[in-house]
Amino acid sequence: MAVQILEIIIFPGFLFLTVFAMIAEYLDRILYARFQNRKGPPWFQPFADFIKLVAKEDIVPECANPFVFKLMPILALASVITASFYIPMWDNKALFSFEGDIIVIVYLLTIPTISFFLGGWYSRSLYATIGAMRNLTQLFAYEVPLFLAILSPAILAHTWSLSEMTVFFNNHLWLLPFNIIGFAVALIALLGKLEKVPFDIPEAETEIVAGSFTEYSGRLLAFFRMAIDIEMVVGASLVAAVFLPFGLGLNPVLGFILYILKVVFVIFLLALLRSVFARLRIEQMMDFCWKYLAPAAFLQIVVCVILKGVLL
Amino acid sequence: MSKLTIPIGPQHPALKEPECFIITVDGERICEANMRLGYNHRGIEKRCEEITYIQSAYLIERVCGICSHSHSTAFIQAVEEIAGLEVPKRGLYIRTLFGELERIHSHLLWLGVAGHEIGFDTLLMYSWRDREIVMDILAMVSGNRVNYGMNSIGGVKRDISPEQADAILKAMDDLEERTKYYIELGLQETTLIKRLSGAGSISYEDATRLGAVGPTARASKVDQDVRRDDPYAAYAELEFNVITDDHNDVYGRTLVRLGELMESYKLVRQLIKNMPDGPIRKKGPRKIPAGEAISRYEAPRGEDVHYVKANGTDKAFRVKVRAPTLANLSAVSKMLEGDYLADVPIVIAAIDPCFSCTDRMAVRNIRGGATEMHNPGSLRNFSIDWYRRRGIDFTDLNKKLMKRLERV
Repeated sequence: MAVQILEIIIFPGFLFLTVFAMIAEYLDRILYARFQNRKGPPWFQPFADFIKLVAKEDIVPECANPFVFKLMPILALASVITASFYIPMWDNKALFSFEGDIIVIVYLLTIPTISFFLGGWYSRSLYATIGAMRNLTQLFAYEVPLFLAILSPAILAHTWSLSEMTVFFNNHLWLLPFNIIGFAVALIALLGKLEKVPFDIPEAETEIVAGSFTEYSGRLLAFFRMAIDIEMVVGASLVAAVFLPFGLGLNPVLGFILYILKVVFVIFLLALLRSVFARLRIEQMMDFCWKYLAPAAFLQIVVCVILKGVLL
Repeated sequence: MSKLTIPIGPQHPALKEPECFIITVDGERICEANMRLGYNHRGIEKRCEEITYIQSAYLIERVCGICSHSHSTAFIQAVEEIAGLEVPKRGLYIRTLFGELERIHSHLLWLGVAGHEIGFDTLLMYSWRDREIVMDILAMVSGNRVNYGMNSIGGVKRDISPEQADAILKAMDDLEERTKYYIELGLQETTLIKRLSGAGSISYEDATRLGAVGPTARASKVDQDVRRDDPYAAYAELEFNVITDDHNDVYGRTLVRLGELMESYKLVRQLIKNMPDGPIRKKGPRKIPAGEAISRYEAPRGEDVHYVKANGTDKAFRVKVRAPTLANLSAVSKMLEGDYLADVPIVIAAIDPCFSCTDRMAVRNIRGGATEMHNPGSLRNFSIDWYRRRGIDFTDLNKKLMKRLERV
């Protein structure tokens, strides 16, 4: 029991994730800057930003519902951290696992978006309201392709547990290349989930200031930003665990290094994608996700079903 | 969701200057767009009546931070016309050269702003990096990055040395290569085309009816360019094409500006090659004889019109500035109708607005029906009264503040 609590709080739980998320944010920002021919921030910038925000005053708008307004950042942060406990990172086994934990992970990763929506909606600001509407509209666009993309390797492995899935793929490494479509779909959907260019529609600063976060300040904003950073790491870990599960369970140190490399690779791809596109409009994003991304995810499922029938 | 009214401005991240657009949206679609001008009135025209022509030339240059040379040239051309001054050829060529260099830096700036408005920050960083090349050239010749102070009544102030001419030609080669890359990008990049095409559409008929000018009009196939239609400075002796486009939308405006960049490089090369020898300025008189003149100038944003009336003294009797943004603004509300809310920033940015340059006004008492002119003192009293009627008394607050300061 004591060991588990220690694991949850320190390693690989809350503290480790926080530090790693900040490093990931730094990596994302410096890569984005280098792609744009800029110098980029110094390594301690995310830490400095966090400390600065935490030290500032929390302002709750007069018309806002203070309970929901203050609850949402904490809910977002809690749900992404909880999701990380079910993802096998450098071992075949996650901190906790049971048959069906994939659904729990996807569900827990949806909560931040819902909390952005509620936080924006209950802050009663005009820009936040529009941002909140866009949050929710966008959710319907990327969630289905993401879910389908993660589902198809599960069909192939015939399990609903992420940990067992990684065990299966470690025994059948030659099956991994067949999931490449799903990998691409999951990456693009992850961009939508993390609200990054070209899908940063809910917080398009030139249109609606900061979207749902317009009224947030101080500690609450710091928690929201922390939740987004951790969501990036957890999302990248999920993609790595589902589509790049090789080398797990060999050696804890090697596995750990490999895990960091995989996450950095996914972050690299995300930074590359977001530096070469312009922001789409919300209806263009819906079009794109339902016309191209969802069919591609279906194609992945068909490939997996056929593979399962023919080869296994 | 019912209809919402969203104020874009006077303070808003999409706008770099104070301006208010009141947008009524139904979901994401715009039903109505209204705008309010006049947040940044600086009283430049009135000030020009109180200072000499030579001082005015400096003040007029500060109407706009980007097209400063345009405004100063337009003003000085009008003064020279009234005075009947013949400007030396070399002076005209250098003036034209600066006009074109300014167009290059303005259009590259616009490209970056447009990229930022559609969330394509990489384009912003790239084009502003390349803009530094032309900024360095301007700083090398004039000593300033903006507000070059090159124009004077009767010519220009600084000559261009052969080494500087070589540096300019080399910079043009670099810039041309970069611009070709942007044109390729504009023709191929899918998200860019998706975001820009269809946004802010305005037909040829509407563009002419609402009096749009510059690249905004030329993107709707309106074939007008003061440089060709009513040549000033050295333009009559130069060869260039007027770029038009029939996309009618923001994408068309992007292509027109990119095309104009290529034409500007051509023009700069011609100007350097054909630059005649001789003096760069002729000393102008301090007192300008009575008379009036209108001067037209093709600024990067469109046609800039200056009117000057002289009364025989060393001060202008009346100066009137019509910045190109004012001509384009009425087209903006037309462009916004039926568009998406997401397109508002880029549609506004696509006319390359310079709101602060546009603001000219007289304070008017609408209820009384009479027009009142305020001087700074009466305007101050007016504002104190206005706030007092609403229960805010600044005199009390001031006393409190003074007391607190004394204590400290």
